[in-house]
Amino acid sequence: MAENKYTAKDFKSGQEVRWCPGCGDFSVLAAVQKAFSELNHEKEDYAVISGIGCSSRFPYYMNNYGFHGIHGRAAVLASGVKVANPKLSVWQITGDGDALAIGGNHFIHEVRRNVDVNVLLFNNQIYGLTKGQYSPTSKFGQVTKTSPYGTIETPFNPGQLTIGAGGKFFARTIDVNVKESVEIFKFADGHKGTSIIEILQNCVIFNNGAHSKITDKEERENNQLWVEHGKPMIFGKEKNKGIVLDGYKLKVVTIGENGITEKDLLVHDMTEEDPTIHNALVNMKLPDFPVVFGVIRAIPDKSYDQMIVEQIESVQANSPVKCMDDLFNSGSTWVVE
Amino acid sequence: MSKQIIDLDNVVVKFAGDSGDGIQLTGTQLTNTTALLGEEVATFPDYPAEIRAPQGTVGGVSGFQLHFGKNIFTPGDKCDVLIALNPAAIMANINSIKWGGTIIADIDTFTEANLAKAGLTPEILQGVKQNYNLIESPISSMTKECLIETDLDVKTVIKSKNMFALGIVYKLFGFPLKYTEEFLEKKFKKKPELVEANKMVLQGGASYASAIQAIPSFRICTDSNLKGKYRNISGNVATAWGLLAAAEKANLPFFLGSYPITPATEILQEIAGRKDLGAKSFQAEDEIGGIVTSIGAAFAGNFAATSTSGPGLALKSEAIGLAVITELPLVIVDVQRGGPSTGLPTKTEQSDLFQALSGRNGESPVPVIAASSPSNCFDYAYKASKIAIEHMTPVLLLTDSYLANGTEPWKIVAMKDMDVITPKTVSRETEEYMPYMRDENFVRSWAVPGMKGYEHRIGGLEKMDVTGTVSYVPANHERMTMLRDSKIKKIVNDIPEQTVEGVKDADVLVIGWGSTYGHITTAVTELIAEGKKVAHAHFNYIYPLPQNTEDILKKYKKIVVCELNLGQFANYLRMNFPQYEYRQFNKVMGLPFAVADLKESINEIMEG
Repeated sequence: MAENKYTAKDFKSGQEVRWCPGCGDFSVLAAVQKAFSELNHEKEDYAVISGIGCSSRFPYYMNNYGFHGIHGRAAVLASGVKVANPKLSVWQITGDGDALAIGGNHFIHEVRRNVDVNVLLFNNQIYGLTKGQYSPTSKFGQVTKTSPYGTIETPFNPGQLTIGAGGKFFARTIDVNVKESVEIFKFADGHKGTSIIEILQNCVIFNNGAHSKITDKEERENNQLWVEHGKPMIFGKEKNKGIVLDGYKLKVVTIGENGITEKDLLVHDMTEEDPTIHNALVNMKLPDFPVVFGVIRAIPDKSYDQMIVEQIESVQANSPVKCMDDLFNSGSTWVVE
Repeated sequence: MSKQIIDLDNVVVKFAGDSGDGIQLTGTQLTNTTALLGEEVATFPDYPAEIRAPQGTVGGVSGFQLHFGKNIFTPGDKCDVLIALNPAAIMANINSIKWGGTIIADIDTFTEANLAKAGLTPEILQGVKQNYNLIESPISSMTKECLIETDLDVKTVIKSKNMFALGIVYKLFGFPLKYTEEFLEKKFKKKPELVEANKMVLQGGASYASAIQAIPSFRICTDSNLKGKYRNISGNVATAWGLLAAAEKANLPFFLGSYPITPATEILQEIAGRKDLGAKSFQAEDEIGGIVTSIGAAFAGNFAATSTSGPGLALKSEAIGLAVITELPLVIVDVQRGGPSTGLPTKTEQSDLFQALSGRNGESPVPVIAASSPSNCFDYAYKASKIAIEHMTPVLLLTDSYLANGTEPWKIVAMKDMDVITPKTVSRETEEYMPYMRDENFVRSWAVPGMKGYEHRIGGLEKMDVTGTVSYVPANHERMTMLRDSKIKKIVNDIPEQTVEGVKDADVLVIGWGSTYGHITTAVTELIAEGKKVAHAHFNYIYPLPQNTEDILKKYKKIVVCELNLGQFANYLRMNFPQYEYRQFNKVMGLPFAVADLKESINEIMEG
């Protein structure tokens, strides 16, 4: 197929976008539209499925098939679409509340089943649409409308949750990093199975600056580690910081200090099935570590939707029952004259 | 099996066994006793052409059939009770026993050799056990037991086992032994030891029947249109097959999203095993996942369904609303059980009716259909599917534990005879497609992902009429609410008129719905036989109600609504037709009605 059959504009619906000015969702929308235009699917083969929340309005702003579901159910709605028609490129739009609170059960089971759905998990660490209550990813102690004295709940780390549920794919990006997001989305589309992509997204109204320490222009190069498969883990303004494995733990080192060279750094292997390093990577937190971005884990495996088709084909090849009439007349029957 | 108490005014009994078993004599004795008791009787002896046909073979079976009761004009087409003195007797008569009839078989003769000679394979025997009330009686050994104190030779002892069988039958119908005892005294006048022996065996049979509390099993009313090919089917399997058949007829892939729950689980199990038909089953992590995957599958162009019981239906409520507002085809099967909460998971009840009709937020109309026998679960699952697909709506199918687990013979249908199902798939000829454009029945078209040029968005937010964009316009919401309501009301044109059984100028109309059909029909039939002016209307289409419902209601002086809840259908009728008075007969014991209780209650209402 010819490259770039579409432009990002082909995926813009006429519907007025109703996110707050400055919302991180705008950048993600642009990144998705760009990624879709660059992927090799026909426009009619995209299905964008969402739950409830600010980000879940997303399907209305796309010009392909879309379904805005109910709260917490994006994962099952998307799973149903994909299993029913595995030819589709299915994208699930969900937030930290939708995916990890009300829909937490569906989330872990979707990951466990490995249905071939690309999940964009918009993590703004707050409930935006209901105007500012804490979410399952809000920082411990965060003051919100429902935690006026600070939350006393430990937040979920979506990466840890994904890996813990047996996930085969986890990536992390930032709303404003459109270029990197486009590449991650395209890569996720090629991965067969559930691709969880956590997007650190800024809610300008109710949780402005939640990720600012990570995204701050001055400090971001020191605070972000973008991993690439097969490349050593280097970061920092001077490109002189790196990650090494020190015993059981990751450790930040400086190249050139204490005899450390690039060769001592961990080389990223997203295809390693053992989740130990991937888990350690997604758990890295400021200020001791940078926050990891990019495709952290991508293990090729069979997807649920693929296996169900294979199972059907195999059963059909061996069963004498080809249609309902065969079924009706199979087994024990008798005739009354 | 939908069972009813045997009608003692009209019974067909058949003795069958080897030619040497004394079948004709036994039959004659029963005939004489019956006649002497003042019953009308007609008999039909049938025996092999050979005087001594090979023992134990089907060809060697001798039979004697008699029909007794009131207004007897024939020996009866099929028997209620078969006394089979060997396996061949079952094989020879397999097509002349009424569905669900009783077979009293001499289990001592069921040796490997005899079974082989008769061709009674384990599969056939299994079928017999499923379809009939098989009472396995050790007739030979107990006959020997009766005569253990005597000096009679083995051959003579065994020859008297026909008296044991006759004793059972007498006890079964409460007949006295004395006429046969008198006959024995005359016949063996010169051999008093045989008189005593045969009397002992006869008495032994009667005592045995009494001890095992043998009661005639029940038969179902299938008097007309009996010819055809049959198989045994349970309500849950029939439901699953109805859904699958609809998918095949509509030429759509089938998807079932579900979560195991008693007593609905077999539907999921059956579909999971039907990968040979391409059916996809998805065992979700919970009830909500079950229905929402199905809604996703419906959006993607599959014919989708979900199966559950009351507690699961409660969990699915919000998602049913999503299917209502997105106007996607979906069948929700609720196999009702005793509630509330976990309630009585394995028991039957009809108490989810209100939940089915209105257990959702917002104005959320959903057609509700109820099956009324295990085998017609197939028909109503098919019809529910047809309505869902052709009217682009979720449809609720109500069955219950009694139907789901009950089995009965099902006359096999041919797919070519099933009603056509026409999906509302958007037509390629349509110049302009908008997701909420509607036809004359207010039904929108179905455009599914993968179809070029029809890309659109749907969802749980209120939609602008025609265009389907998100709309908060007050007047539009009211219009869309009306349209969704009218769309469901229009379905009335696609459902049959309500029928009424029973006496034409009846004083009392007995109303039931769903699984109580068999019991109410029996009660009403018996009341009519007793001279009572009763009619019976049994509803399968609950919402919308059949068009002629009011025409029926207005004809009767008294209406009694019988249901296994505290009066939900009665209240539903009160809401719809408040001008009539509805009496109620309710039962909430987790059990089906008892015919006697129904009769008593209807009688009281007639008199009151």
